[in-house]
Amino acid sequence: MDARIFKELRAIVGQRGLITSQEELHTYECDGLANFRVMPRGVLLPASAEQVQAILRVCHRERIRFVARGSGTGLSGGALPVENGIVISLTRMNRILEVDLPNARVVVEPGVINLDITARVQPQAYFYAPDPSSQSVCSIGGNVAENSGGAHCLKYGFTTTHVLGLEVVLPDGTLVHLGGKALDAPGYDLAGVFVGSEGTLGIATKITLRIVKRPECVQTLLAAFPSTNEAGAAVSGIIAAGMLPAAIEMMDNLAIQAAEAAVHANYPNCGALLLVELDGPAAEVQALMTHVDEICRNNGAWEIRVAQSDAERALVWKGRKAAFAAMGRISPNYIVQDGVIPRTALPRVMSEIDRLSRQAGIRVANVFHAGDGNLHPLVLYDRRIVGQEEAAEALSHRILEICIAAGGSITGEHGVGEDKKMAMSKMFSEPDLETMQRVRCAFDPLQLSNPTKVFPRPRLCGEIPGKYVPHPLEISGIAERF
Amino acid sequence: MDAGVSSKAVVTDGFVEAARAIVSAEHIRPADPHDAVGGAQPQVVIEPGSEQELANVLKLANDAGLAVIPRGGGTKLAWGNPPDRADVVLSTARLNRIIEHAWADLTVTVEAGCSMQSLQETLSQHGQRLALDALWPDRDTIGGVLSTNDSGALRLRFGALRDLIIGVTLALPDGTLASSGGKVVKNVAGYDLPKLATGALGTLGVITRAVFRIHPLPKEARTISCLTRDIRAAQRLMLAIQDSQLAHSALQVRVIADAAPQVDVLFEATQAGLTAQTEQLRSIVAPNLFTDPGPVVWKSRQELYGAAKRGDSNSAAAKISILPARIADAMESLASISAGKVRRNAVVQATGIGCVHLEGEPAILASALKSLRAVLEGAGGSLAIAHHPAAMPLLDAWGEPGDALPLMRAVKQQLDPKDTLNPGRFVGGI
Repeated sequence: MDARIFKELRAIVGQRGLITSQEELHTYECDGLANFRVMPRGVLLPASAEQVQAILRVCHRERIRFVARGSGTGLSGGALPVENGIVISLTRMNRILEVDLPNARVVVEPGVINLDITARVQPQAYFYAPDPSSQSVCSIGGNVAENSGGAHCLKYGFTTTHVLGLEVVLPDGTLVHLGGKALDAPGYDLAGVFVGSEGTLGIATKITLRIVKRPECVQTLLAAFPSTNEAGAAVSGIIAAGMLPAAIEMMDNLAIQAAEAAVHANYPNCGALLLVELDGPAAEVQALMTHVDEICRNNGAWEIRVAQSDAERALVWKGRKAAFAAMGRISPNYIVQDGVIPRTALPRVMSEIDRLSRQAGIRVANVFHAGDGNLHPLVLYDRRIVGQEEAAEALSHRILEICIAAGGSITGEHGVGEDKKMAMSKMFSEPDLETMQRVRCAFDPLQLSNPTKVFPRPRLCGEIPGKYVPHPLEISGIAERF
Repeated sequence: MDAGVSSKAVVTDGFVEAARAIVSAEHIRPADPHDAVGGAQPQVVIEPGSEQELANVLKLANDAGLAVIPRGGGTKLAWGNPPDRADVVLSTARLNRIIEHAWADLTVTVEAGCSMQSLQETLSQHGQRLALDALWPDRDTIGGVLSTNDSGALRLRFGALRDLIIGVTLALPDGTLASSGGKVVKNVAGYDLPKLATGALGTLGVITRAVFRIHPLPKEARTISCLTRDIRAAQRLMLAIQDSQLAHSALQVRVIADAAPQVDVLFEATQAGLTAQTEQLRSIVAPNLFTDPGPVVWKSRQELYGAAKRGDSNSAAAKISILPARIADAMESLASISAGKVRRNAVVQATGIGCVHLEGEPAILASALKSLRAVLEGAGGSLAIAHHPAAMPLLDAWGEPGDALPLMRAVKQQLDPKDTLNPGRFVGGI
């Protein structure tokens, strides 16, 4: 990239909109997954869709690879710059453009912070449902890229459930509209494909979201169990009883200790803690909460508290939401994993993780979205001890393999990004991945938009796809490549 | 779109022979007039017995330059435009297994040819359901429901198929069998191709299996209907219910001819929840206008589509989409467009998705549909024609596809470069 191009880019975004000094570029060399770092050649901060279009036209003409970035809180390296590429930060595009309560829609720019949408519609008793733990800082553009979840997606669905329409700048600078304010626009559901594509298909510049009416009543039950097995059995009991709580969260003893040390949530010191949140009409919540209480007691819960007020609920949630950050209290370094398993495999997978943890001499704390089987094992280590980082990484990869073998997924909400792209070949066969990459070729034939992410190997868009070969899991269980 | 193949390709003896090497002879038969789609007469019907067989036959047809019409129960084959070409009907009738009902994980894996009713019967043995009330559940198939993106009244609470499908396997024209998504509800690994296949009308690949998240059956259910003075009052009532803290599962307005509109509400809850919510609804609606019609009102959508589908009447049915707060506008436009010329009925869900049924002279029907489409598109909505009399002047089934059409064509080009699957039936000539 020569001075001529920087001059052209500066003319698009203005002096304040282009960062090239090494010092300032350091801020952008990684996202929330800080063990991967790449220095970008420059960072652009466009203020409008037109500017994004103009930037991408230059990138297209000059074959410059780019990575879009929101708040940079992602945990899979999705916003990690690529070699010799630029970063396009959407933080200046942070306006809530429209609030349409009768239709329960809001239209926002990608840099809007997740929680700010709820703050805006709260007075009318609406909220924006997807609630990743980083919701006070993460951006909607990033949520769209990653299809972010959160504790309440068990009942309310993920980001993709709430994105109705997108204005997208394609990697050649073309502006297109996918979906819309009304449902079922004619044609392919390309909005559905775009959400969760981790920045590989273009840049969203305007997002139409669905908002939800706040339920009449919300109650959160906190139950202490001797171990994760009993807590898991209680979860099964709740599901079998035909209930769909707003959230079911579990923490094991190590995670509880860390949360206590960090935020003093006043959790009971137990083997496993279950948080069950019910919401809806008050009469319905009362009736079901009685039943949940009974199921927990029948499965060995020795202490149960029900938080009724907003303040009590906030305290109960505080420890859970702070759980990742709290690991710093009990370990100098840690790796967060995001594997998913069919919920019923929980006892088996937990004991396997426990066995591997002992074998490797590496502690693993567990925090999960128990209702939907999304595990967040936190692999704890000390970088200063020679060999421990490698051992922790190996253990963390083994955990993902266990999730795949159990019929699950390598990621429930954090995304594949840079971090887990090699594990994609364990979860999907070559033809599966080829087919996804063919869709990518329709959007980005030159592979300029966040290339090198998500897929283990790039695919040239002119290539003729190979013929069907059986899924690796079909032939040999877990294949041996990582 | 790159046609790429001669439109004169025919099903040769050589093709049939090669197909017999894949699918046993009794599952290959010459097509008859009942197999025609939109006036196009295919030559052969093939019913593969496995996903791999289906993929192999599809590849064979693709290599021979033949056009393939994927078919499930055949209940919605009239939807979309008539195909440009139709040579081979690829039926999923024998792919009808429920592969895994992981009831404790609230998921089910099912082959594309399984009917909704048979799926629901299996799920109900564990007190569960796929929370989607599709059209003609006794005869439709999972693949067909997905391909047409059919959804009913439960969509308000549980979302559309795009929100319920968590995994898909597609057979592509080059013979690839590709899976995406998975068997767990929460999963962001790779592109969301289950959503791409949903509503694609079989133009990108043939759905051979799908995985769904399922829901518990409600403990109790109750339907309440409210008679309203006019469509404006119905609109206000629906918005008030939507803006309340009721947890209703469905909400729709029925506009039958010139009768006063009825607003229907479905509650699904525990007995305590039902009682409390019914009381709450009374504070929104004047109680003397309450009726208790039972669940039959949720079938009115099927009645409207069915009336046009029979084909013996001069009637047409279309799926409409409009913003929830613009339903009354749309219905008033419909009334003025059809006044004195066309008999009209409509059922519109609070999501803004509805069905319009019109009866009249074919030429007048076409112009009414065209006018209504213009109104809806002008308000950000759409109108897709599902069934129409054979004599009706041809109207594009889909309407304005928007500025993403070139991108849609690029996706089609990547997955079906020879235009083998349902050529011409989808938006913009795809």
